[in-house]
Amino acid sequence: MTRAASRIFSPIYDIIVAILDVIFGSLQRLIGITNMAYVFVLPNLLIFGIFILFPVILNFFYAFTGSTEFLLADRPYVGTQNFDQLFDCGSFLDPNSCREDLFWRAVFNTAGYVVFQVSLMVIISLFTALILNRKIKARGFFRSVFFYPVLLSPIVVALIWKWILQENGLFNGVLDGLGYDKVMFLTNVGWARFWVIIISVWAYMGFYTLILLAGLQAIPTTLYEAAQIDGATGWDAFRKITLPLLRPTMLVVIILSLIRAVQIFDIIFAFTRGGPGTATLTLVQYIYDIGFASPARRFGTASAASILMAGVLVVATLMQLYINREEN
Amino acid sequence: MSAVSNYLTRTRGKNSLHVTDMLTYLYLSLGTIIMFGPVLWLIISSFKSSGEVVKFPPRLLPYQQEMVTIEGYDEPLPLFNATLEDGSVRQLAQVRRIGLESQLVDPANPEEIIKVPIDQREPVEQVVFSLANYQEGIQSFNFARYLWNSVFVTVMATILTLLVNSMAAFALSKYKFRGRNTIFIIMISTLMVPISVILVPIFLVITQVGWNNTLIGIIVPGAATPTGVFLLRQYMLTIPDELIDSARIDGASEWRIYLQIILPLARPALAVLMIFSIMWRWNDFLWPKIVLTQSELFTLQVGLQTFQSDLTIQWHLILAMTVLTMLPITFVFAFLQKYITTGIATTGMK
Repeated sequence: MTRAASRIFSPIYDIIVAILDVIFGSLQRLIGITNMAYVFVLPNLLIFGIFILFPVILNFFYAFTGSTEFLLADRPYVGTQNFDQLFDCGSFLDPNSCREDLFWRAVFNTAGYVVFQVSLMVIISLFTALILNRKIKARGFFRSVFFYPVLLSPIVVALIWKWILQENGLFNGVLDGLGYDKVMFLTNVGWARFWVIIISVWAYMGFYTLILLAGLQAIPTTLYEAAQIDGATGWDAFRKITLPLLRPTMLVVIILSLIRAVQIFDIIFAFTRGGPGTATLTLVQYIYDIGFASPARRFGTASAASILMAGVLVVATLMQLYINREEN
Repeated sequence: MSAVSNYLTRTRGKNSLHVTDMLTYLYLSLGTIIMFGPVLWLIISSFKSSGEVVKFPPRLLPYQQEMVTIEGYDEPLPLFNATLEDGSVRQLAQVRRIGLESQLVDPANPEEIIKVPIDQREPVEQVVFSLANYQEGIQSFNFARYLWNSVFVTVMATILTLLVNSMAAFALSKYKFRGRNTIFIIMISTLMVPISVILVPIFLVITQVGWNNTLIGIIVPGAATPTGVFLLRQYMLTIPDELIDSARIDGASEWRIYLQIILPLARPALAVLMIFSIMWRWNDFLWPKIVLTQSELFTLQVGLQTFQSDLTIQWHLILAMTVLTMLPITFVFAFLQKYITTGIATTGMK
């Protein structure tokens, strides 16, 4: 901070601290040193309780009550009707046979996205981390190169790529120059799904690369030296040393990327708005749409869907942890 | 130059450039293009004129037609290379266009009007990085308002987050009190509860508190981040208790200990949390989108998304506004990238 700024701010700061001194000092005399812990933990606990813990519990009340009323007092208890509605399907493999066909489309879209995005993300991040872990020049620079998009907001990421992929964009310009026809990347179902995956990998891979790189650098180099003396090839060393020792880090990466993939929303929302049609409609967008963006706000269904999503997240996390324990 | 050639000829073996080295650098160069290319393309495109932006196929650099001011004409006239009937090419300024015929004059001799079919003339262009899109965008997009909202939310939320999280972390790491473990476990277990799971009930709480359509409604709910508490607590555990004990013997109050011993010593962890908080808040979209419905309260992200989803996409303005939106975070990154990357690598969170 510059001297001028500190000259302005430090008296204000001193006054605030002095006032707080009086408050906290008398409080301490009143309740004793150990109980001061409650005072320190209180502000965080209040915000946490009111805006996280309480809503988690409230969510169940919404899920088991009906109507489009917003206040809980006005909502009649309907039992598991919201869940029944979501599961009211002729066949679970055919969204058209379901009462809430959009929900099932969102489920299938999200599932497909999760499978492809997470596997692609893990493979590319691991490969990039391995490359960055080699003896290369300017490692710091290249590390930042891959990391930079992580900081961009999802909206900005979506707009950057929309600009490139739109009908008259750069890619179609290149295709045109090569003598091919334009491709409707954003309005063709297959292409839209493909690019949604690519873009989110582009945006987030730097984050996972960084975590994996930290994991790689924690592996002692003496292990590799010993392996080399024993005549192991690079591939052997990778399989027998790198992969096993990287397992905990890999687990973190898989869980984190899985959790984030299940909840993907803003990038896709700004990129395709769930379109064309419902081709890239995801679970969170479904919840947002029926709970907040449609004229008749169906809070109960939205809550029920969000509880199902949370259930999937918890199960996925527990399964990963269990598998890891099993194998060790 | 020598640095580049050094870099290019670096080897894995003693002298020869091993094939894996070449592949490594090939991968890294390709990666650099893929990571930076799209951003660069956006930035270059944002300087193009509104006509140039919609042109297909797109050109790499922003071109603009050259204009000349000629005596006898009020407005500057566009310059063309016109092919005349005798096959000669002359640089002429266009006075007007009538149907398929263009009326041109020689800037050196403005009296005589030369008529040329419009397909016999090519505009004279030069590369111009024009700021027109930025000027027009800032006016039509209410940029200043959104920027102020975003800055306000980011700064306030970050201060609040650092304050309440560090206080809680202090209590959880340096005191033995009943309920400590319960509080800690409940907090950690909600690490995995994303806001998207509790959208409806948290919106109810905000509405009941009366914070619907207020900036405070997006500042406060995210302030008690379990991640922040966890990060700071783990760091504060490494601060020796003896320091606190001796301060107590010297008569310092608990508040003074927190302020003058704990906070300064926890500065590295606070810095990491500060950077994260800035990133979270600046880029946040879903929650502000739900809480804010009045456009004068929009943050940059919400404003930008609303702006681009209007029926008529005005790409030239969107491009400029997108660049402005990503500028601050890019600066933060440029100056703090070392702290950011090591912070994330050691905590495993974003």
